[in-house]
Amino acid sequence: MSVPKSWREMPHRYRLEAGKCKQCGFIGFPKRLICPECQSREFETIRLSREGKLLTYTIIHVGPTKFNDQVPYAVGVVELKEGVRLLSQIADCDLQKIKTGMPVHIEFRRISEEGEAGVINYGYKCVPA
Amino acid sequence: MHREVAIIGIGLSEWGELWEKSLRDTYVEAALKAIDDAGIDRIDSMYVGCMSGGLFNDQEHLASLLSDYLGIAPVPAVRVESACASGGLALKMGIIEIMSGNADVILVGGVEKMTDVSGDQATAALASAADTDYEFHHGITFPGLYAMMARLHMERYGTTREQLAEVAVKNHFHGSMNPLAQYPSQITREMVMNSVMIADPLRIFDCSPITDGAAAVVICPLDMAQKISKHPIIKIRGFGHATGPIALHGRAEMCALPAVSKAAEKAYQMAGIKPEQLDLVEVHDCFTIAELCVLEAIGLVAKGKGGEATVSGMTRLGGKIPVNTSGGLKSKGHPVGATGVAQAIEIVTQLRGKAGKRQVEKARIGMTQNMGGSGGSSIIHIMEVL
Repeated sequence: MSVPKSWREMPHRYRLEAGKCKQCGFIGFPKRLICPECQSREFETIRLSREGKLLTYTIIHVGPTKFNDQVPYAVGVVELKEGVRLLSQIADCDLQKIKTGMPVHIEFRRISEEGEAGVINYGYKCVPA
Repeated sequence: MHREVAIIGIGLSEWGELWEKSLRDTYVEAALKAIDDAGIDRIDSMYVGCMSGGLFNDQEHLASLLSDYLGIAPVPAVRVESACASGGLALKMGIIEIMSGNADVILVGGVEKMTDVSGDQATAALASAADTDYEFHHGITFPGLYAMMARLHMERYGTTREQLAEVAVKNHFHGSMNPLAQYPSQITREMVMNSVMIADPLRIFDCSPITDGAAAVVICPLDMAQKISKHPIIKIRGFGHATGPIALHGRAEMCALPAVSKAAEKAYQMAGIKPEQLDLVEVHDCFTIAELCVLEAIGLVAKGKGGEATVSGMTRLGGKIPVNTSGGLKSKGHPVGATGVAQAIEIVTQLRGKAGKRQVEKARIGMTQNMGGSGGSSIIHIMEVL
């Protein structure tokens, strides 16, 4: 991933910043310029809670090159308390014990590295709560 | 009142791992077959579906490159992209240009040359059809996204591992009767369920392969087809096209395919038919779970009943509504940009009565369902033999 992109995404990835529609309350993660529910263009920046539950998951046995040294690893879709969903890796857990519906907590973690001279991508992963 | 459209020529290139063939030659091979099959000596316009000449071949500007190598320049040509639904989209755009009256004889093709890069690079290129920054960034893959859909489908509707495996078994059975299939061998449920795990619960035999290949059709106004075509006339009766979030987690219902449902609704309405009137369907079985979700989205079975219907034989050749008689993406192969056009070729072949051992008896109306990514786009066409 390019350096500008890595820098640009920091508010989402490091601080879980999202955009809340001032008219209908829809929360966009990442932030959007227009609300898909009510077409309002007025948003306030909020920080998402770090608590949620796992809606579905998979265990990746054959991964992309950047993640090959991590297989097998778990990835899932998490629904946060606010109803916002995000996809992340599920870390620090016994892969056999993952279950849909289980409570998870979002933590700040290292995601991947762009080779020896590239940037290190940080962001969010979930862990069992 | 718009002009009606017919398909008068079809052509498939060789499909497989074709290291000796270039993207341009693969495309021209299919295009020439379609032109010969149509028996026409002019092309007014061309549409090409290709997901990523850039990532697979370091080649963009495909429409002009392919028009040049097909020897039809300066005919206007357009390359369209909607991930794995690029071929279906090319067909829709060609149909619309004929309906508009802007052109009469149009070549619609699709191509993907996927083995110029390593398997890892191909996986990464395909992953660009998902949300790069919010899905692929976290190490998910396409099998992984469909695996998450499968897990939900299994937990919510009781769909079983055996039912998923049966999709692959059925499609390989159909593919065994298709001389053009990339993997025509028959397989068993046990082989599927004991194959290498890719993304739990999906295994390698739940996944469509990486394929080099092209497909092309010639379309023209229906009244012209009735004058010049030596084949049974295949009329485009309807089409539908819809989009949705490309991120799986952006969809309220993650084991449903709302873009597919919407596209189907529009296609049925335009064609003036109900799902029960279809004689056969080609669907986008990029993974076994995809076929089940599509059967439900296009209204062939109730929500959650795809697995049961598959095991009952309903979608097998000889069943109530044969699905993927070509072998589907699973057995026939999946050169992503070509797939949507190749689906139309299978329906035309069947409606012409030329499908050999896999012929569906008395086939009159057929449908194709092509899909991009994890369901972020879908294009559906309904065809009828007159």
